Amino acid sequence: MEEKLTTRRKVLIGMTAAVGSAGIPFAAVPFLSAWNPSAKAKAVGAPVKVDISKIQVGQKIQVAWRKQPVFVIRHSKEALANLSQIEEKLDDPQSNNIDEPYRDINPTRSTSNEFTVIAGVCTHLGCSPKYYPKMEPQPWDETWIGGFFCPCHGSMFDIVGRVFKGVPAPTNLKVPPHNFRGNILTIGEDKGTA
Amino acid sequence: MSNQSSGIFNWVNDRLPIKNTYERHLSKHPVPKKVNFWYLFGALALVVLIIQIVSGIWLMFGYENTEEGAFASVEYIMRDVDYGWVVRYMHTTGASMFFAVVYLHMFRGLMYGSYHKPRELVWIFGMTIYLVMMAEGFLGYVLPYGQMSYWGAQVIISLFGAIPFIGESLELWVRGDYYISGATISRFFALHVVALPLILIALVFMHLVALHEVGAGNPEGVDIEKYVDEDGVPLDSVPFFPYKILNALVAIGIFGIVFSIIMFFFPEGGGYMLELANFEEANPLSTPDHIAPVWYYSPYYAMLRAIPDKLGGLIVMGAAIAILFVVPWLDRSKAASIRYKGNLSKIAMTIFVISWLMLAWLGTMPVTELRTTLSQIGTVIYFAFFLLMPVYTSIEKSRPVPERL
Repeated sequence: MEEKLTTRRKVLIGMTAAVGSAGIPFAAVPFLSAWNPSAKAKAVGAPVKVDISKIQVGQKIQVAWRKQPVFVIRHSKEALANLSQIEEKLDDPQSNNIDEPYRDINPTRSTSNEFTVIAGVCTHLGCSPKYYPKMEPQPWDETWIGGFFCPCHGSMFDIVGRVFKGVPAPTNLKVPPHNFRGNILTIGEDKGTA
Repeated sequence: MSNQSSGIFNWVNDRLPIKNTYERHLSKHPVPKKVNFWYLFGALALVVLIIQIVSGIWLMFGYENTEEGAFASVEYIMRDVDYGWVVRYMHTTGASMFFAVVYLHMFRGLMYGSYHKPRELVWIFGMTIYLVMMAEGFLGYVLPYGQMSYWGAQVIISLFGAIPFIGESLELWVRGDYYISGATISRFFALHVVALPLILIALVFMHLVALHEVGAGNPEGVDIEKYVDEDGVPLDSVPFFPYKILNALVAIGIFGIVFSIIMFFFPEGGGYMLELANFEEANPLSTPDHIAPVWYYSPYYAMLRAIPDKLGGLIVMGAAIAILFVVPWLDRSKAASIRYKGNLSKIAMTIFVISWLMLAWLGTMPVTELRTTLSQIGTVIYFAFFLLMPVYTSIEKSRPVPERL
């Protein structure tokens, strides 16, 4: 009788504890969700428009989208012709390891055959890589072929943002959604609606 | 009059164990009679903690936790608030001194085997304090929203992105925005001034309660509990008051002088305590040419950079801290103190200290191929010191530890 009561009590304690613990994940939901970007933060981040007619050949300009740098580079024909020849230095020349939005359209990785549009945020730890377009020896690489170098941890990318082998950055620089309409480049949306 | 006041005291003391607690944990607390200056850094850490809490509260009077206001409000404290610059430099100098004192305190523990049985829990609480301090320091550094605040935070939060599958959403969740914005600052502010200090104080309390339960160690590694008098007080101990309080007061005096010299004359610490780029407001579009952490994170940052793989770097950096927690079980030596350990332990510790200092220096320097190689060597030595500890502490012959102190 005594033993039966103890067992009964243990079962009841166990069940109460289980029901109580099941409440913890539910109680955690509002606390964890409150850390997500707020509706306000999501609403900011509208697309930006850039006039690209003034960009010189070989020049890079920087545009802010969602307060993050986006690089727009106008390439020369020779530079683009060279792109396929340097593939052995690259880790993922065809961007197979990332979600590439405009795959196999242009060597520029964008929807234009002249301009590259890439996020200026290193895929390693988020620094903004610097543009060194000239083919000349650099302190970090004797055989520099032109491209982007990240000052923080030494990652290297080519002129269209494809990552080199043996650097900390795991993937190519990302291509943000964009579209070209005449001289106007819109960053942040795929198909121009305006 | 004195009768009346002792009457009040007795009335309170009958309801709250003031006298008992004071005697047990302070005045009559038995301390090993022979210890050296290495045993003073714990008390100094407590002093810095108080400095940080007080100066932190005063900084909150002027600080504004918004994207637009953060940087300007720090400048307002520095320029417009009477003596605001003292309060701010006290807090920034305090941060560096906190780590300096705690690193020396931790090194004392490694050197004299303060983690040996029965002080394993004291050590684990201490390591948890160190971990929370690192988080606290990082969060605090982001608050002024200068260039280094921004890009330092960018790098550290991007570390979460290295975690497979959930990494990128975790980054977004931590920031609460697509970049380090006002949302990030205000949550970091709440964590920095409320959540982590509460945890820190609780941990310090546990660290001290656990320490007072097992008693302090000594540089000889002698177990003073073996020989006790009829009241159970170790024969080789002296009461904290008046014998050790004086040592502590002298140490606090000297520490106060050093602290003041730094605070008044070198508050930037040559760019190692307050980085020069942080005197410029955060610009999400332009990374400074050279990103380096403040000096107290630099050894671990050097390890992160030494690994040419994003996830690998994160794992190595985390493991470097995690391994400290298990030191009590890695050390198989019969002697606690380095004084009685064998030559292998002495050599290992010397190499470890040199390589740790080298990593600290490398972590503050720009990347070159040679420095990356040196960082990799330093990282290997760091881990070898701990992972090989069970081997070299078992095969070497330690000298017998004396019975009495």
